[in-house]
Amino acid sequence: MTEARSISIAEALNEALHEELERDPRTFIFGEDIADTGGLFGVTSGLRDRFGPTRVFNTPISEQAIAGAAVGAALVGARPIVEIQVMDFLSLALDQIANHAAKLPYMTGGQLRVPLVVRGPVATGIGLAAQHSQSLEAWVVHIPGLKVVMPSTPADAKGLLKSAIRDPNPIVFFEKRLLYSIRGKVPAGEYLVPLGKAEVCRPGRDVTLIASGIAAHHARAAVQKLEAEGIDVELIDLRTLKPLDVETIVASVKKTGRAIVANDGYRTGGFAAEVMATLIEETFDFLDAPIQRVAAADTPIPCAQNLESEVLVTPDKLLQAVREMVGASRAVAV
Amino acid sequence: MSDVSEAPPISLIDKSLGLNEQKLLDMYSVIWRIRWFEEKVLDLFRAGVIRGTAHLYSGMEAVATGACAALRPTDYVTSTHRGHGHALAKGLEPDRMLAEIIGRADGYCKGKGGSMHVASAKHGMLGADAIVGGNTPIAVGAALGARILGRDDVVLCFFGDGAANQGVLFESMNLASVLKLPVIFLCENNLWALSTPTSVSLSVPDVAARGAAFNMPGVVLDGQDVLAVYEGARAAVERGRAGQGPSLLECKTYRIHSHSAFATREVRPEEEVAYWRARDPIRILGERLEQAGVASSTTLEVIKAREERRIAEAAEFALASPTPDAAEAYTDVLVDAASDEHVVGRTAG
Repeated sequence: MTEARSISIAEALNEALHEELERDPRTFIFGEDIADTGGLFGVTSGLRDRFGPTRVFNTPISEQAIAGAAVGAALVGARPIVEIQVMDFLSLALDQIANHAAKLPYMTGGQLRVPLVVRGPVATGIGLAAQHSQSLEAWVVHIPGLKVVMPSTPADAKGLLKSAIRDPNPIVFFEKRLLYSIRGKVPAGEYLVPLGKAEVCRPGRDVTLIASGIAAHHARAAVQKLEAEGIDVELIDLRTLKPLDVETIVASVKKTGRAIVANDGYRTGGFAAEVMATLIEETFDFLDAPIQRVAAADTPIPCAQNLESEVLVTPDKLLQAVREMVGASRAVAV
Repeated sequence: MSDVSEAPPISLIDKSLGLNEQKLLDMYSVIWRIRWFEEKVLDLFRAGVIRGTAHLYSGMEAVATGACAALRPTDYVTSTHRGHGHALAKGLEPDRMLAEIIGRADGYCKGKGGSMHVASAKHGMLGADAIVGGNTPIAVGAALGARILGRDDVVLCFFGDGAANQGVLFESMNLASVLKLPVIFLCENNLWALSTPTSVSLSVPDVAARGAAFNMPGVVLDGQDVLAVYEGARAAVERGRAGQGPSLLECKTYRIHSHSAFATREVRPEEEVAYWRARDPIRILGERLEQAGVASSTTLEVIKAREERRIAEAAEFALASPTPDAAEAYTDVLVDAASDEHVVGRTAG
């Protein structure tokens, strides 16, 4: 059994890309500024030198064409990975992702397949303001025919990216820039994290906290604080947003009777609402309290740091949500 | 002004162009096949058998026929919402196409795609596309993917005068150019995008002029002359396969019918429609074949009748095909890993 080592999410993603490009010669990666400089955060560093300019190359700033080229390459049997430099730019690529990649297998009765990964950083929480801070998973979760992945640890980032690259479906892979430097234990040697499986990071009995992305990262610290306060939180990191691991979250909420869903996207029409709806359908008779959500406010994201903290999901907001829910139900129960 | 070149006239039987009697008669057959097919589609729409609408290629047959004749079976085509002609010229069978258009189980796409999403993986026909211009970056990607896989396949990318102003087309042309990919961007300029003429939408007289903006040759071709289209396409294919990058072809053409079967009101000037009706690609090719002694009028009549019969049989097949199983509504949304190793477009020829 090989030793796990502590590396950052950016390094873990880089390892995944190196391993998968080595493993499958059909795989290639392209996007803006990914080649010589290894991308803005080193996620693609070393790939160009190792695999050459045919398989690792920079593109012009042309998100529609970049995304569409990934679709076309996938259709003829290659395995493209395309980087969107900042995931707010998903809007520019959305026609190719939603109207083409997601639909071609279905529209062609299964004749055509689109094995591609669209990946890139969500730049929330570092003061880049409204057009460089959005977590837009709600847009793509809504479209049938896509898988949507959002890791929050180095081990998950590497294992999920490897699985995503090998998956024959079009996948939107949301990374979080704020978490690129977060370090964690990653197994040495070959391993995969399966898509569609949530992880129970911490078992508990009082309340289920279902989180993803930066919210999941904050939640990991929050649940330790809450433990000291005598609140036993079952923390679930979804890891894959679509397909949602309904079995795991339902089993948990049936056990605890209380659920909070925390998500980096905006509140209204956000991904948390989808999880809540599913839980209401499946666990209503087991609930001791209404399900709550913690999400970004329904405002564009401001630049000033204090305003940013006002609208984004923070550790304090998670703590407050759990305390209120558990406190309220305990008050009722007395 | 713009340095747009026009294709020179060619002689009919020219071995250097890959033209022989059989190939010429095949072209004549395909043009009639498309003509009869689209008339059948119109009949079926009017009879209420085809729902939604259909965008007919009638009058434009020489473009698809000439261009696809320049391809190898393993080359790719990306198509538009007006794609029946492209599909037939690429070798798709009329019976399974009609079944698809009327939503039956034996259609190429199991009845799930319909007219605007007809596709055949084994023919390298990567789909009709209902997003105007949406197929253009996909064409670039298909060429890119073929390169990654070590193949020299070229990609024929159809689009219209409507798509000629979509930003995604410009991105795609630029990307194909900087990557030197073998994409043949073929504009079918039929002068009208639904009810909007190019005189108000297009900022230049010739779409071909935009080739220079992306460092590729831009050639205007007579879209009613299948041999002119064939020669222009063949040169572009050779250029691409020789590693010289993409080309832009503009075929001046015209659709006989309105934008879609659903829109019955003709918005175009009567004289204009009459002018183009007279420039019938079937008549133009037929006269050239007879004048060159390649075919007698009898031969041409035989071909015309044979293709009519073929389409009639296709309609029988399609109408007899069952509706899809209800369960098919839920298949092909996501695909599983088990049957991952498919290869598109590697038909035996």
